[in-house]
Amino acid sequence: MRHLLVKDLRILRRSPLLVGLLVVYPLIVALLIGFALTRGPEKPRVALANEVPETASTINLGGEEIDIGDYAQRLFAAVEPVEVDSREEAVELVESGDVLGALVIPQDATRRLQEVVNLGSVGGEPPQVEVIVNTQGPLQGSLVDSLIQTQLLQANAALSERATQAAAQYLDILLSGGSFSLLGQSIDILGLQRSVEVLEGVKQRLPEDDPQREAIQEVQTFAQLAVDNLDFSDEILSTINSPVQVETTRLEAGSATLDDFTIAVAVSVSLMFVCLLLAAGMLALEREENAFGRLVRGLVSRLGVVVEKLGLAALCGGTVGGIMLVGLAVFLDLDFARAPAWLAALALASLAFGALGVLVGALARDVRAASLLAFLLSLPLAFLALVPPGAVTGVLSTVIEVVSAVFPFAPTLEAVQAAIAGDALLAPLLHLAVLLVAFTALARIALARFGAT
Amino acid sequence: MLPDIGPTIPGVTASASATQAPSIAARAVSRRFGDRQALREVSFEALPGELVAIIGPNGAGKTTLLSILGGLQKPSGGEVSRPPREVGWVPQQTAIYAKLTVRENLKLFARLEKVDDPAGAVERALELTGLHGRADDVLSELSGGNRQRVNIAVGLLADPPVLLLDEPSSALDPRQRERLWAFITGLVEGGRTTVLWSTHDVGEAERHADRVLVLADGELLFTGSPAALHAEVGGVQRDFEAAFVRFLHKRGH
Ligand SMILES: Nc1ncnc2c1ncn2[C@@H]1O[C@H](COP(=O)(O)OP(=O)(O)O)[C@@H](O)[C@H]1O
Ligand SMILES: [Mg+2]
Repeated sequence: MRHLLVKDLRILRRSPLLVGLLVVYPLIVALLIGFALTRGPEKPRVALANEVPETASTINLGGEEIDIGDYAQRLFAAVEPVEVDSREEAVELVESGDVLGALVIPQDATRRLQEVVNLGSVGGEPPQVEVIVNTQGPLQGSLVDSLIQTQLLQANAALSERATQAAAQYLDILLSGGSFSLLGQSIDILGLQRSVEVLEGVKQRLPEDDPQREAIQEVQTFAQLAVDNLDFSDEILSTINSPVQVETTRLEAGSATLDDFTIAVAVSVSLMFVCLLLAAGMLALEREENAFGRLVRGLVSRLGVVVEKLGLAALCGGTVGGIMLVGLAVFLDLDFARAPAWLAALALASLAFGALGVLVGALARDVRAASLLAFLLSLPLAFLALVPPGAVTGVLSTVIEVVSAVFPFAPTLEAVQAAIAGDALLAPLLHLAVLLVAFTALARIALARFGAT
Repeated sequence: MLPDIGPTIPGVTASASATQAPSIAARAVSRRFGDRQALREVSFEALPGELVAIIGPNGAGKTTLLSILGGLQKPSGGEVSRPPREVGWVPQQTAIYAKLTVRENLKLFARLEKVDDPAGAVERALELTGLHGRADDVLSELSGGNRQRVNIAVGLLADPPVLLLDEPSSALDPRQRERLWAFITGLVEGGRTTVLWSTHDVGEAERHADRVLVLADGELLFTGSPAALHAEVGGVQRDFEAAFVRFLHKRGH
C-alpha cells in the first residue's frame, strides 16, 4: 500500500499540469466564492418592529417635535425595510429567513429618549433598541449586524447633535436671557448676564451702609461665577453622545465571524476539489491503465486500494488545506494555538471527500469520466450547502438539508469553521467520520461489482 | 516435446498425463454474466514446461478463462488447482503505469509481489525481456512492442511456474512477434514454466503450441496437439484456417 502511495505521488509529480490545475483551480474557485459571499446582497431585507404607540412617537427637543419613526427609517437607508407590528413577528421573520435581521424599537423608547435629552432628569436609562440576527448564516448575520450598528451610530450622532443644539439653546437663554417656549407658552427669561447688571443697578440705589448690599453682592458673585463657568456645558453635553443603545440578539448561538466563514468556505472548496478529484482520478487511473486487475489478484486487496487512495487524498488535501490556513493565518490573524484542531478538521474532511472520490472513481471507468463526474457532483452540492437556512422553505429546504448532510461539504465547512473559531469540533468530526465509513463501504461494494478488468 | 495426447471429449480431463502432476488444472470451471454463459464447465490440465494455446473466435471466453486461472475473476462454478499468487498474469492490454519508467514499474510490482529480492527480480526480468537498454525510459515513450515486453516482464517478476498471456501477439508486427516467440520458447525450454496463451490466430497456435484448447461460446470443443486438431478438422496444411472455421461451423458455432 505504501508502495502504491509512493507510486501515485511520483505520477503526480510527473503531471505538473494536473497538479497545477488541482491547486490553482480550487484556489480560484475558493477566492471567487469568498469574494462573492463577502460582497453580500445589494440591499438586504431587514424587519422593522416599531412598538412605540403612534401617540407617543415624538420627543421634544428644544421645543421642536422629532418623530422617532423618522430616525428608525433613517437606519434603514441601506436596507430594504419590512415593517412589522411586534417583536414576535420580527423574530419569526428572522427565523424563517424571510429577512436577514430585524430592528426592534421598544414601547418606552421615546419616553426614555425624552428623559435623556431633558437635561433635567439626570440618570435616566437611555432607550435600548434591539437588533435580531440569525447567526446560522454567520455571513448574513454579521452583515446585518454591522450594517445596523453603523446606521445606528449615524442616527445617534444626529440625535445627539440635536440634543446638544437644544441644550446650547437652553444655556444661551440662561446666560443672555430671551424667550423660551415651554408647554406651548412663551416665557421671558432674564438671563444671568442681565441679572448681574440688574443687581448692580439695585445695589447702586441702596445706601452705602444698607446690610442688603452685602446679600446682593453675594448673589452677584454667584451669578458671575455661573456666567464664567458655563464652559462646563461642553462636558455636560458630551455625556449624551449616545442617546440610543443597541442590544444584539443572536437567534442561533455561534461565534463565527464573517472572516472565519469566508476562510472556511475557501478551505472547504479547495479540500473538496483536491480530494475528490485526486481520489476519483487516481483510482480511475488504475483501471484506465489496466493495473487494477494486476493489483487485486492477490497483490493488494480492493479495500487496500481504497485505503491507499484515501491516504493520498488525505495527504494532498491536508497539505493544500494546511498551506491555505497557515497562509491565511498570517494575514488574517488566526490563532495558531488551534492548529491541532485545524489538523483534525482537515484530516477528517479530506478523508470524507476522498472516500466520496473513491466511490466516484469506482463508478467511472477512466480518468476523464471520473473527473467530470466529480465536478458535476461537487459544485452544485457545495452551492446547496451554502444556501442560507430559511432562504427556501418546505420540501425544497428538507431536500437541501438532506443533501447537505449526505455530502461532506456542509460538515467540512462546519468543522473548519469550528476549528478556526475554537468552537466545539466533535459533532462535525463525527459527522465526517460517519460519511467516511459509509462512502468507503459503498466504494468497496462498487469495486467488487465492477470486477477486476 | 510432449507426446501427442490426442483428441478428448470436451469437459473430460486429459488422462495421458497421469505420470506427471499438472502444473495447473481447471475443473468444470463455469462463468456466468447475468443471462450470458461465458464459460461452460471447462476442464483441462497443463503440464510443466508445456505451451498451451487457447484458440477460439472473439467472445469465445478466452479472456474469461485466463482471468479465472489468474485469479482476476472468481468462477461461478468449478475450481482452479493453483492459487493466483503462483501464476504470472500478462493481460491483453498492457497493465503498467505510463508515467513511470520501465524500472520503476518493475520495481513497484516486484515490491507488491513481495518477492525476496526485488532489485534482483527486476534485473532478471529486464534481462529476460531484453529491456536493459530501455530501463530508465518512461513507458509512454516506448513503442508498442517494447511496452508489451514490459507487460510480460511484470508477469515474470515472481518467477511463476505458470505464465498466462492474453493475446500477447495481437498488437505486434511480424518481426516483434518473432522476437516474442523466441522469448516464450526460451522460457518453457527449461521445463519449469508452463505457458498458456490465448489467440484467435490458428496458425500461431499450430506453430508454437504443444497442446491446443479450442473454445467457442464458452464451450471447450477440443483438447489435444496441433496434429490431432489437424486430424479432427481435416483440412489440408495450407488451408487449415478455413478448415477450422468449417469445424466450428459444423459444431453449431
Ligand atoms: N465483465 C463482463 N460482463 C458481462 N459479460 C462479459 C464480461 N466479460 C466478458 N463477458 C462476455 O463473456 C463472453 C466471453 O468474453 P471474453 O472472455 O472476453 O471472450 P474472448 O476473450 O474469447 O474474446 C463474451 O460474450 C463477453 O461479452
Ligand atoms: Mg479476449
